[in-house]
Amino acid sequence: MNLEHRSAARFKPQAAEALQDDNLKRALAKAKDGFVLKRLQAVSNLNEFESIRTEARRIKDHVLKHLDYYLEEFERKVIATGGHVHWAETAEQACNVVQDIIGGEGKQVLKGKSMVSEEMGLNAALEQRGHTVVETDLGEYIIQLAHEPPSHIIAPAVHKTRDQISDLFHQEHPKYGLHKRLTEVPDLVSEARQVLRDKFINSDVGITGANFLIAETGSTVIVTNEGNGDLSQILPNVHIVTASIEKVVPTLNDASTLLRLLARSATGQEMSSYTTFSTGAKRTDDQDGPEEFHVILLDNGRSKVLGSDFQDILRCIKCGACLNHCPVYGAIGGHAYGWVYPGPMGSVLTPLIIGLENALDLPQACSLNGRCGQVCPMSIPLPDLLRRHRFKAFQQGLIDSRTKYGLTAWALMVKRPRLYHALTSVLTRVLALMGKSKGSLRAVPFASGWTSARDLPVPQGQTFQQLWAKRK
Amino acid sequence: MTAANDEAKSTVALLVTCLVDLFRPNIGFATVKLMQQAGFTVDVPTAQTCCGQPAYNSGDQASAQAVAKQVIETFAHYDYVVAPSGSCIGMVKVHYPELFAGDAEWRGKADDLAGKCYELTTFLSSVCKLEVTASFSRSVTYHDSCSGLRELGIKSQPRALLEQVKGLTLKEMEDSEVCCGFGGTFCVKYPGISERMVSDKVGNVKKTHAEVILGGDLGCLLNIAGRNKREGASAEVFHVAEVLAGMADIPGIGEKST
Ligand code: SF4
Repeated sequence: MNLEHRSAARFKPQAAEALQDDNLKRALAKAKDGFVLKRLQAVSNLNEFESIRTEARRIKDHVLKHLDYYLEEFERKVIATGGHVHWAETAEQACNVVQDIIGGEGKQVLKGKSMVSEEMGLNAALEQRGHTVVETDLGEYIIQLAHEPPSHIIAPAVHKTRDQISDLFHQEHPKYGLHKRLTEVPDLVSEARQVLRDKFINSDVGITGANFLIAETGSTVIVTNEGNGDLSQILPNVHIVTASIEKVVPTLNDASTLLRLLARSATGQEMSSYTTFSTGAKRTDDQDGPEEFHVILLDNGRSKVLGSDFQDILRCIKCGACLNHCPVYGAIGGHAYGWVYPGPMGSVLTPLIIGLENALDLPQACSLNGRCGQVCPMSIPLPDLLRRHRFKAFQQGLIDSRTKYGLTAWALMVKRPRLYHALTSVLTRVLALMGKSKGSLRAVPFASGWTSARDLPVPQGQTFQQLWAKRK
Repeated sequence: MTAANDEAKSTVALLVTCLVDLFRPNIGFATVKLMQQAGFTVDVPTAQTCCGQPAYNSGDQASAQAVAKQVIETFAHYDYVVAPSGSCIGMVKVHYPELFAGDAEWRGKADDLAGKCYELTTFLSSVCKLEVTASFSRSVTYHDSCSGLRELGIKSQPRALLEQVKGLTLKEMEDSEVCCGFGGTFCVKYPGISERMVSDKVGNVKKTHAEVILGGDLGCLLNIAGRNKREGASAEVFHVAEVLAGMADIPGIGEKST
């Protein structure tokens, strides 16, 4: 797949390409089993999971109703603890803010995993100014080496097999003195650690995302399993947090309620290995920490989602469970979706941010099987939201003409039962004759969508209504 | 209405579903037979066509509402409405009321209908408490269709009924709750993705070595049977109603008659 020119508008060709990729197939199959089983275990081990879920939903719904209040409260607290808050309406504004904070050229910037920075296109913007960006999350580090975007919101390199990663290190790491091919996971991890360690110590700026922003304390929270987030934000002089506006929660207690759902839903852990709270800049008696602490609050279209039919999606805590349980994601992986957020949450969110007309396939490419909504810890009715996008697309005349005419013809028939029964008796007769003695058909005119993937079972002969009328 | 005596007098309307009507009337007759066994009078309104899902899931709310009104009117005066499909009953029970959220009159009518319509296996196990008399001496595996499973909670009902079938052994497959890739118009709009999903399903079936695949929704069964044929797999496909009614003595879905 040409990842540089991928787009949500090219979903179909991208998906077709992904389906041909055997490495992707292997990588996804492996990941799926792990995620699904571990989550199930973690969730079943916590009796009160459902009640926490209800509480979590209440917390987020409350915040979304009073978002302006909590964001301003958060801002006050950040300022009171010696930090700075920057409001950015667009991705571009957010990038400019980061550039201004960093200043100059040719700095070394450490990054912890942040999907919001992907949304901003931050790495490219920084590199354009001659800065060097070092991704410190192992997955992010791998895809940075490969010049690829993340394909999953919590496991950015999940699309790669171990062999591919091993090749990548073999190819890219001779400059760090690696000359043999590493094949075992622990060896690969320690190789990356080794290389990153030096960079941690020599960087000017650390940029992280935030899983939550806490209004009562002005803290930002990140969870990681490698501890890279801590180092990225403690060692450099300047710590910048990029976060979207819906990440705020009122209290520390609220954050801990959501944290109980997050890791269980994401990786099946009770807690991620590291949960890091950052509050303000280094105080005089602190032993370490950044001299400057900045939080960039990115809107990027979210305030328009508030109060709309799609508000529920803003409860999302980016756990990735809906991706892990989505059979479409499991078939094509994340890159095919064409923009930052893949899978069910992405198919809801992407059209809201980049425009439905630019992402028409995303809400359609779903069998509405409902598994995402079932596992979502924040009880986001993902299938309903996808269907809502379909209503909008239909209303705005954004559906293809084949579907439109098909629906018109179908509606004409089903609203006229006598005509319908007359036509269906003919149709079943024809199909039954075509398939006489075969049982199922390999090819049927006008039905290549069906027969490209499977045979068409032949009707028994007459419709139920015909037979029922005779029987009586 | 809940006492057994009253039920014996009630009339059940069969919502036959467009796919059963077109492709596999045997499922319709099996459903009728089961309800009659349970002591109900069965009626089949001729004014029925389709529940409207193709329009609803394609975003055409106006057509979906028009079709829904037609279904509501056709079935309003029955005591019970039963369909051999979790997907169509999910549409009526869950989505009709949503479709009329802004229309008090029709919302009321939709709620009334929702209250008395049942997917077949749920009806048989919770309303009829049917004792199954059929026998079927083959090993089967059961695919949980998504709408039935997640919108109506259908999981144990068909299994409890199948347990009573003499000679039948159930071999559960891995990921029985994962979508088979049908998804209505999804399967023809995104055939490549759907193909991966259905071949995964067929792969899981093969691993059980079950002779027969059962399910409660003909859409999924046509998809699975069609893929089975394409791959030359041997398992036969039947609707659960056909087995419960002792009417699985004809060739499976997509099989040629011998
Ligand atoms: S939509 Fe739900 S399941 Fe998906 S990432 Fe967000 S919180 Fe997790």
